[in-house]
Amino acid sequence: MRTTAVIIGAGQAGLAMSWWLAARSIDHVVLERGEVASTWRTERWPSLTLLTPNWQSRLPGFGYEGDDPDGFRTLPETVAFLERYARLVSPPLRTHCRVTAVRRAPDGYEVATEQGVWRCKAVVLATGGFNIAQLPKLSEAVPSGVAQLTPVQYRNPESLAPGAVMVVGAAATGAQLADEIQRSGRPVTLAVGEHVRASRTYRGKDLQWWMDATGLNDERYDEVENLARARSLPSFQLAGHPDRRDIDLNALTSLGVKLVGRLAAIRDGKAQFSGSLRNVCELADLKLNRLLNRIDEWAAENGVRDAVDPPHRPEPTRVEASPPLGLDFDRAGIRTIIWATGFRPDYSWLDVPVLDRKGNIRHDGGVVTEAPGLYLLGLTFLRRRKSSLIDGVGDDARDLSAHLAAHVRETRLGEAAGLA
Amino acid sequence: MAKAKAGKPVNNGVNVEALFGAQEALKKAPEAAKFKWRATVEWVKGTHSRTTVEKFYGLGAEQKHKEKFAFDADHPEIFAAEDNAATPVEIVLAGLASCLTAGVAAVAQARKIQLRSVSATLEAGMDVRGILGIDEDVRNGFDGIKVTYKIDADASPEDIRAVVAQSQKRSAVYDIIANPTNVTVEVA
Repeated sequence: MRTTAVIIGAGQAGLAMSWWLAARSIDHVVLERGEVASTWRTERWPSLTLLTPNWQSRLPGFGYEGDDPDGFRTLPETVAFLERYARLVSPPLRTHCRVTAVRRAPDGYEVATEQGVWRCKAVVLATGGFNIAQLPKLSEAVPSGVAQLTPVQYRNPESLAPGAVMVVGAAATGAQLADEIQRSGRPVTLAVGEHVRASRTYRGKDLQWWMDATGLNDERYDEVENLARARSLPSFQLAGHPDRRDIDLNALTSLGVKLVGRLAAIRDGKAQFSGSLRNVCELADLKLNRLLNRIDEWAAENGVRDAVDPPHRPEPTRVEASPPLGLDFDRAGIRTIIWATGFRPDYSWLDVPVLDRKGNIRHDGGVVTEAPGLYLLGLTFLRRRKSSLIDGVGDDARDLSAHLAAHVRETRLGEAAGLA
Repeated sequence: MAKAKAGKPVNNGVNVEALFGAQEALKKAPEAAKFKWRATVEWVKGTHSRTTVEKFYGLGAEQKHKEKFAFDADHPEIFAAEDNAATPVEIVLAGLASCLTAGVAAVAQARKIQLRSVSATLEAGMDVRGILGIDEDVRNGFDGIKVTYKIDADASPEDIRAVVAQSQKRSAVYDIIANPTNVTVEVA
């Protein structure tokens, strides 16, 4: 089968790209391993809500139309939202069509799937950056009596063994799970490394309202000071609960969650924690205050000072004088460990040598320069701070579809010249 | 030269341009980033010993300090020793203090903050029933370390705190102390 461009993945990124390719009259197909919004459907725990408010889901030609712009979608609502978008875009979609290989071909790329082979000039990898839950090597040393779960496997607190739970990692996922599990009556120990503290609302507005209004979400990848760092930062400690509650470390401590330092080692059935808890909390407090300073400056300069509540600073993270440095799983009654230690993309089917030694694709704002015609979409800070948000993927798709269109035009001209 | 906000060049005596250059170079050559630090110790008498450092390995080759440096260590008289030099645990504190302070200077330079003075006091608690074998439940080492910095610089108190926090984040000795390390001691 032949087409001009193949989009792999029919989540928000693949659909937005299809919208733009159709707008540019570029013949394409969208290949999806399952149904539209597959990851949202099958690989996240049921209580997950979007971390961005409903209004903040502007996709090319589409947006929120309900009467609760400041609410947060549940998982089924998110799937339904993307299904509605899919109906609007009505992409040339092949569902249940898992890609088994992408490789170079003389005139572009060859995409092998369960439903046959496509030849094309361009491939857009819209499979996302959060496919595989990462496990640290030290997970191998966990005592056999302790169940280990990733956030992909986790369903709800009730499905965990009775007893205490250790959650490793304090980004959005770890903090949300610690909150939910502690509330279920299972005592949680949370191992905290570097994290990004956030508060759901500030001066009476949602944090994402500020990120949007100030232009911080639009900050470009080629403007940011340390791009590698921006791309590897843990996610905001945020949840999208109807009560807009915070899930920062102070909120979790108030619930009864026990904070310990980064899980540094496991030896003889005992966990060892880093003595750096105080400093990682200090770093996170200072970072949040810098963000709030930028927001306040923007509010002052743009005259919204009187339209919002007065500035305040959150209480510094409370860290006990001597946080525990070790813990015996057995004696502490810990029956389950949840590894909220991040996700990574799955490129096991990619047969094009563009991976760096950490398994990420080398790219310039989503353009894989070493493999002309290959594009990435939907990754953290791909082209903008908002790139990994539903709200951010549309602008990236517009930019990259323009690049893709130019690439297709050039290769066609090249071929025509070759024929002449 | 980096310029401070007031327009005066910031100079903390740290060549950050060279450090950033090394950062870029080592990104491309991770093998060259693998260093080995070495020390040699000779017993003098009693609890008195002398450790010297001279050679180390890095950037893919054997390297050498400009001269051989020596560090005596001993124990105070209340430990029935001669007090010829600092105790090894004080030398650990010196290592932490020096590492963090070097970090403060480097981070401040990178952030274009002019330092005027930097000092810190360190205090570490220890229950010596551990090393004396009186109580197996008491650990040998410190039960905590408190570092208190006094910094005079052209920056807000928050920016100064951020420099100190970043210095901890990037400190080798802080990491060595705060995190477990495998130690293998053999008799040749």
